[in-house]
Amino acid sequence: MEFIAQHPVLVVSLVKIVVLLFLVLTTLAYLSWFERKVVAHIQSRWGPYYVGAHGLLQPLADGMKFLFKEDLTPPGADRLIFVLAPMLALTLAITTLALIPFGPATITILGHPTQLVIANVDIGLLFLFAITSIGVYGVALAGWSSNSKYPLLGSLRSSAQMISYEVSLTLSVVGVLLVSGSLNFNEIIGRQSGAFWHWNIIHAGRGIFPQIIGFLCYITAAIAETNRVPFDLPEGETELVAGFHTEYSSFKFAMFFMAEYGNMITVSCLATILFFGGWLSPFPESWKWTQYLPAAGLLLLGIYLGYDTAMQMRGIARIQLAVVTLLVLGLGFLCLLPSLEPIIQGPFWFLTKVALFLFFYVWTRGTLPRFRYDQLMSFGWKLLLPVALLNLVITSLWIVYPMLVRHG
Amino acid sequence: MNLPLILFFVFALIAVVGALLLILAREPIHSALALILVMVALAALYLMLGAEFIAAVQIIVYAGAIMVLFVFVIMLLNAGVEERTDWSKMAKFAGLPLGIFFLLELAHWLARSAVGATPASGSSGPITAVSTRELCVQLFRTYLFPYEATSILILIAILGAMVLARREE
Repeated sequence: MEFIAQHPVLVVSLVKIVVLLFLVLTTLAYLSWFERKVVAHIQSRWGPYYVGAHGLLQPLADGMKFLFKEDLTPPGADRLIFVLAPMLALTLAITTLALIPFGPATITILGHPTQLVIANVDIGLLFLFAITSIGVYGVALAGWSSNSKYPLLGSLRSSAQMISYEVSLTLSVVGVLLVSGSLNFNEIIGRQSGAFWHWNIIHAGRGIFPQIIGFLCYITAAIAETNRVPFDLPEGETELVAGFHTEYSSFKFAMFFMAEYGNMITVSCLATILFFGGWLSPFPESWKWTQYLPAAGLLLLGIYLGYDTAMQMRGIARIQLAVVTLLVLGLGFLCLLPSLEPIIQGPFWFLTKVALFLFFYVWTRGTLPRFRYDQLMSFGWKLLLPVALLNLVITSLWIVYPMLVRHG
Repeated sequence: MNLPLILFFVFALIAVVGALLLILAREPIHSALALILVMVALAALYLMLGAEFIAAVQIIVYAGAIMVLFVFVIMLLNAGVEERTDWSKMAKFAGLPLGIFFLLELAHWLARSAVGATPASGSSGPITAVSTRELCVQLFRTYLFPYEATSILILIAILGAMVLARREE
């Protein structure tokens, strides 16, 4: 107890880390379920259906399968790096989430003022880029240490792609920095307060250029940076078997998989913060009824699930879905409590926006074909980079022009 | 022992071990990884000194960009295990005394200088972080000319690389 009293920041941070890790790992698992379901429906299939109601226990089954598979190491592999690479990829993918603010800067939980972020760093954005810039090593080292042709080719492609698009990614964000004048996530979000027309993506005004071009560049570069369709050449199975993780099996393979989803979440969070107002509500503050939207949304979902449980499900699936229904309804009623209601607002809007981005990711995967490698490179360097630079120049001029006019 | 001091020694130890591994590793890619370790540990030390911006840039530029190129080249050339020749065996006998001599000299001058007289972290109150804004004002007002000159220097280097790479055509 004495230790806790002496180091309150340390203990609170540790608690936050444990909670966030638990939530993130669960989300990573269910993201795979979400992706399979959405892609299946795009292709007129049902997707996972048999393990649990609506396949809700599928991630658990997948996890068990990964754990019990034989863990192979190819002969001639560099053992140390072969083990290190997936760890590096997953660790870095999750670490970035420590910087993401999920709610307002100060919030009161159980009478203690605290923040819904693990590390509110003054230069959060730079730190995020610092961590993601090391992320290349996971992929590069995985391919090299496998001592096999396809992984090496895959990892070379993927590292080249990640380095190329990182430039555009960083440049597309600089416009937002010019508009907000800060590198701190909470300040960037604070600048966008008001309603949805104050968000950086469309907010126009004196010295503020709408960042729509920047956003388009960002989202394109972000999809390439996370090696997703239509830029998933590192794993182009028609050419490279499975790319950099060909030789990986068992849980090491699962770690790469989770790292990819982790990066997707990070990139979506960043897009939400920079362009879509982070944890801010899209409605003006004078609309008081919008504070009941989280509860209303959850209760509606609960009622639909209840209807589904009663009408569609049979046997054990009915019991499973009933449990889920009760959880959702309980959460909905919890949101109505006056003491919890202000806490829930920020995270609700933030997670809704992030979920929309994740849906967008899966949507593109379900609909777009893959690029050719030379197309990918020329697109990145010859189109995306100049457009991002142009956005930067226009944004700067927009800021400087009124000053020039004033001073003659 | 307070927490910052413990952390300082942890990261200092990581940096030193990384530097030793860098020299001792036979496999080039292990050396490159050790160098990345050193850079990340140094970034952590900068962070503890309150230089947040420098710490982030250290990781972005050195660990994230320059070392990626090193690793890339090692992977592309498929550089084999380092070979020991007669000359490099000589280094063992000549290098050790020279290294010890250098360390002693360093210790001698550090003991006489003001560096180290003030504690690096912890005991003399909390460290105030230098804000990025202050740094930028310094960079773009006071040191504008050196900054721009460096930019032009880098531009020339890039053009030089382009010219060398395209010479065959």
